[in-house]
Amino acid sequence: MSRAGVIRALLFFGLLTALPFAVTEHWIVNLGVFTLIYAGLASAWNLVGGLAGYPSLGHAAFFGAGAYAEAIYFQHREAGANGLMPFLVLPIVGAGVAVLGLAVGWIAMRTRSDVFAIVTITLLFVAQTLAFNLNSLTGGSQGIGMPAAPFDVDTYERPFYLVLVLLLVVSMGVTWAALHSGVGLSLQAVAADEERARGIGVHVTGAKLLAFAVSVGIAGMIGGVWAYYVSFIYPQFAVDPLVTIGMVLMAYLGGRGTLWGPVLGAFILVPAQQYLAYQYGATQLYLIAYAAVFLLIMLLLPRGILPSLGHLLRRRRAAAGRSPDEPAQDPADHAGAGTGTVAEEMAR
Amino acid sequence: MHTVIQALILGVLTGGVYALMASGQTIIFGVMKVVNLAQGALVIAGAYLSYSLFTSFGLDPFLSILVTTPALFGVGAGLQWLFLRPLREEDRAELSLLVTFAVALGIEGVLSVTYKTNYRTIQAGYADRSFTVGGYQISAVRLYAFLLSAALLGLLYLVLQRTKFGRAIRATVQNPEAAQLLGVNSRVVAAAGFGIGAATAAAAGAVYGLLYSFNSGSHYDLISRLLSIVVLGGLGSIGGSIVGALVMGVVAALVAALGPPIWSDFSFFIVLLAVLLLRPRGLFGASLRGAL
Repeated sequence: MSRAGVIRALLFFGLLTALPFAVTEHWIVNLGVFTLIYAGLASAWNLVGGLAGYPSLGHAAFFGAGAYAEAIYFQHREAGANGLMPFLVLPIVGAGVAVLGLAVGWIAMRTRSDVFAIVTITLLFVAQTLAFNLNSLTGGSQGIGMPAAPFDVDTYERPFYLVLVLLLVVSMGVTWAALHSGVGLSLQAVAADEERARGIGVHVTGAKLLAFAVSVGIAGMIGGVWAYYVSFIYPQFAVDPLVTIGMVLMAYLGGRGTLWGPVLGAFILVPAQQYLAYQYGATQLYLIAYAAVFLLIMLLLPRGILPSLGHLLRRRRAAAGRSPDEPAQDPADHAGAGTGTVAEEMAR
Repeated sequence: MHTVIQALILGVLTGGVYALMASGQTIIFGVMKVVNLAQGALVIAGAYLSYSLFTSFGLDPFLSILVTTPALFGVGAGLQWLFLRPLREEDRAELSLLVTFAVALGIEGVLSVTYKTNYRTIQAGYADRSFTVGGYQISAVRLYAFLLSAALLGLLYLVLQRTKFGRAIRATVQNPEAAQLLGVNSRVVAAAGFGIGAATAAAAGAVYGLLYSFNSGSHYDLISRLLSIVVLGGLGSIGGSIVGALVMGVVAALVAALGPPIWSDFSFFIVLLAVLLLRPRGLFGASLRGAL
């Protein structure tokens, strides 16, 4: 990692961790919790949707799987270890969801691009039907409850917030590692031209399945934290198409395939979304406003903020007399250097 | 045996209506390579339009489609022109999923604001009438709905095969560049293709409103079925989408009749996954893709 990258990461996560200690107003920390939920989800989605170029619309199903795993295990138990037990089992939840993801990915990843998107969104509806119909397990439309967390009322949100920061570190750490390793290169090759990549001996299937499993595993863990935080979950919210679309939109807004893009997207969109829901939530005007924001982003910034900024910077530099072809020290680390695909590297 | 045949009849009749919706979806995919996630929302919009015409003017839903199909044709062509045309070709396939989903949300929002979110049905006088043929019950509404869908699919076939405009559409589906070189205005064809897709949604919506109760959120349920149908049939094949729709109707009806009804939709998804396991391209995807 370049030094600037290390400093940027330390600064970002330092400030993020300090926030709930500096500010204790509930609505701000609550907003922080939801922003972190989506930042983590968008970052995890980016491993499959951005790096490997497989636009999954089914991630909310795995978010829901993690949420239900926690809720089903804890419904008749105390949240032991000072209320930290639901956090301590997260790695097991994540591993379980990742294994589920391997099985699902093995079928779904036989298809590509638009068909893959359709198959995964179909899986989302399958998962929702299961959550509704498996009454004895999930409580159906009656929902299922978690034990109340025994945290101090004044700083109730803080533990959730900090665990979510940790999960974001994991998600971005994995993304960083993927961008700087052979696996990452394989994924970018898959995104650029899967058949040719297979032809020259890249372990295409292994790389994309690994990315999918890790990605949905992280989404499952975030789902587990969410279930504990909201303490009562229902099928329509635990497995929600809007959660899927939210994470995808955030990754697109910030710049898919980049390390920071999806996180930036979440930090812009979640507060905006909460504001719209607060302003217009009583009427369904909220949906219209959301759709309008959504369409504007897609039409004005189809590549996302960071890649567009990177493009602009490169042009500036070229105009200032430096060759635009001069490679940056570390293309993936450099704020939004293209979308980071092999195709883009070759096109330049 | 009686139950099985009764379920088969019901499944085929229901499948016919879905075939109409799915063929609209397929035409949109064909001309633009766009997977239209707003197709379900357009069907619901069509259902609400017919509902309004029925409750305000007493216009029969089957006649109301003479008004609603041109209206939604305009809406569809407008949506294409405003939101899909500006997308760049190289990222159109992926972005269009998000754009059409946003359009679906927008339509849902407009419908919720206009009609609120309580469930409606179109209560036509013949809603509960049914025929008995050889001991089997056939609901009048379902039969009319099926006949309407079959007639419209036939009309669609004639338009595509016998008219100059239909030839332009088929040419665009097969090879957009070559079609353009031969004087086809591909931008107009794309907008009109989207319009036709939306118009079929309007017709299917009138029928949907007669058969089921619906609200503005019903499009999620519809879109999951429509997508499974087109993937099962093979994306881009109208014949495939008709077969897919019939398979879905029959499987769901059989499971509902013989097993626990809450699993009837689920069973179709299982069929879809099984088919994808064996044939990732869908039933007719490989042989008919691009042929329409």
